[in-house]
Amino acid sequence: MRPPRLAGEAVAGALMTLPAAIAYLLLLLLPTLATALLAFTDYELGAPDLGWIGLGNFQEMLADRGFGVSVRNTLVYVGLVTPVSILGGLGLALLVEAGAKGRAFFRAVFFLPVVSLTAAMAAAWQYLLHPTIGPVNAALRAMGVGTPFWLSSSDTVLLSLAAIGVWESIGFNMVLFMAGLTAIPRELYAAAEVDGARSGFDRFRLVTWPLLGPTTLFVLTISMIRSLRVFDTVAVLTQGGPNKASEVLLFTMYQQGFTYLRLGYSAAITLVFLAVVLALMWLQTRVLDRRVHYS
Amino acid sequence: MAGITISGLTKRFGVTQVLRGVSLAVAPGEFVALVGPSGCGKTTLMRIIAGIETADAGEVVIGERAVTRLRPAKRDIAMVFQSYALYPHLTVRENIAVPLAMRRLSAWQRLPLLGGLLPGARARRAAIAEEVVRAAAPLGLEPLLDRRPGQLSGGQRQRVALARAIIRRPAAFLMDEPLSNLDAALRVQTRREIVEIHRAVGVATLYVTHDQAEALTMADKVAVMMGGELLQVAPPEAIYAEPADLRVAGFIGSPRINTLAAAVDAAGRVTVAGLPVGLRTEARGALTLALRPEALRPAAEGLPAIAEHLEFLGDGLLLHARHTPDGAPLILRLEPEAREGLRPGAALRLGFAPSRALLFGADGRRVAARADAPLVAA
Repeated sequence: MRPPRLAGEAVAGALMTLPAAIAYLLLLLLPTLATALLAFTDYELGAPDLGWIGLGNFQEMLADRGFGVSVRNTLVYVGLVTPVSILGGLGLALLVEAGAKGRAFFRAVFFLPVVSLTAAMAAAWQYLLHPTIGPVNAALRAMGVGTPFWLSSSDTVLLSLAAIGVWESIGFNMVLFMAGLTAIPRELYAAAEVDGARSGFDRFRLVTWPLLGPTTLFVLTISMIRSLRVFDTVAVLTQGGPNKASEVLLFTMYQQGFTYLRLGYSAAITLVFLAVVLALMWLQTRVLDRRVHYS
Repeated sequence: MAGITISGLTKRFGVTQVLRGVSLAVAPGEFVALVGPSGCGKTTLMRIIAGIETADAGEVVIGERAVTRLRPAKRDIAMVFQSYALYPHLTVRENIAVPLAMRRLSAWQRLPLLGGLLPGARARRAAIAEEVVRAAAPLGLEPLLDRRPGQLSGGQRQRVALARAIIRRPAAFLMDEPLSNLDAALRVQTRREIVEIHRAVGVATLYVTHDQAEALTMADKVAVMMGGELLQVAPPEAIYAEPADLRVAGFIGSPRINTLAAAVDAAGRVTVAGLPVGLRTEARGALTLALRPEALRPAAEGLPAIAEHLEFLGDGLLLHARHTPDGAPLILRLEPEAREGLRPGAALRLGFAPSRALLFGADGRRVAARADAPLVAA
């Protein structure tokens, strides 16, 4: 008899997914829901009660100059890190793939920042970029060029953080691109040569770039979300300073929630952040995906 | 019109000698099939001619030009790959246009929107579009021009690859097992189409295959390659009837040619298991007598054998037998009527016409033989 057995199977299946479902519910869904609800209240940590204030938090956000700066800084940071780390990662992947030897070595070298602890590495960067004793400025001095106050001047701080961000994610992007490159059939390059693609650039345009489309799209989404999430380096190196010049979305959220204990406002910022990330993912799956898969 | 001439090509991958001094000429307008078992070096040879691979030594001449050190793009060839190697992101129309676009448009003119606005680009693009349609029409690709390769069947992709190859009218065509990914029925049909295209275009063509049926049916000349060497280059009829080497005789023809260990007595008569078989030769030492399945016939006198198994093919009959003295397997191709009186287990005598016997020396090369007194009647 088929139907009873199917029902039994369904029960067994449900039972087996139960642990994962419970974990998902407790650890992901409920906290997200709680955050979403909190975003519409004026709850502060330790306060005896909380009041429902509707869109009050969001209105405050729009009026808050600090929040505006934070959004602008985050966008600048994403706008710098994403293209540089993608193009750089692609360039490195092409160079390493083209080389006859040392693939594993270079892959490890460039991947190191990805697996190392950002907070610890930030300390190293602090030393490297130190205005007086840092090796970077020592080198610039030796060349007779000006020595900027990398992390302590509001003109350069975002640029310095972006450079560290690129250093952090370029290796990751490179490894993703290398995986994408190995999936391109060698025959296509042979065909391109026979068809008259003489220069390496011609072959890149005819074969490599279009066939890397799905990889590039994935790298783009990952890079944007990763750089949108910038927090460690800001928290360790600049605390959002000087004068809010490096204040970014997640740092603002952290400060509001854990320094000023305004959990309601902090939750509202989180919700905005979540909305942006979801919008990016929607853009990937719905819009761009159709343009890079060819079958 | 141009031909392909290669001389003394050698190639080594690590310790493996893939090509051992291969020389071959494809005359203008000629269709040469390069056939051999897997791993014999035929694809490497083709890739060297295309310029995708470099040879360790030797020369490649296409037309009147030595192209050994030129890049593939400058060799004026077109190639059909086993995997078709179509660009998956381009439509059929764009795929076919690639060889022309690469040569007639500058990098700027090839840019997607902007390129069309550059001076001269529009006229050239229109000319290319026209030629694409002209190349696609005879292959029945017109309704498919705006599809992408992923939406096509294997046979349709194959045609697109062919159209991309013929559009530029190159000096030579190279085809690397173009039919091996098609099913059997489609293969027979496409086989004919390729021959017709070749006849219409009239360009020197080198066609690599491991399928001897393709080689025999399509080519003006068949080049048999084994172990990195060309064993024989000859028209299909000669390859089949007069193989120069025992390996060629064994590779070409299906069912496989029958071979029997043979010897020569003091008088120069060829014997099999001590029995003279009606042939004489000047050669000495251990020999191999080879007979095509259709050359052997049940007869009153001849090689003693036992019938083992009959296969009815409709238009013919295959008789599997065993040579009684040394147990060597024999296959005979007979008329369907011959079934009468043939029973598994029956003792037979098998005769053959001396003119159809092939004799090979211990080194596998063909040795001359002539008819002796008719001890074995056909």
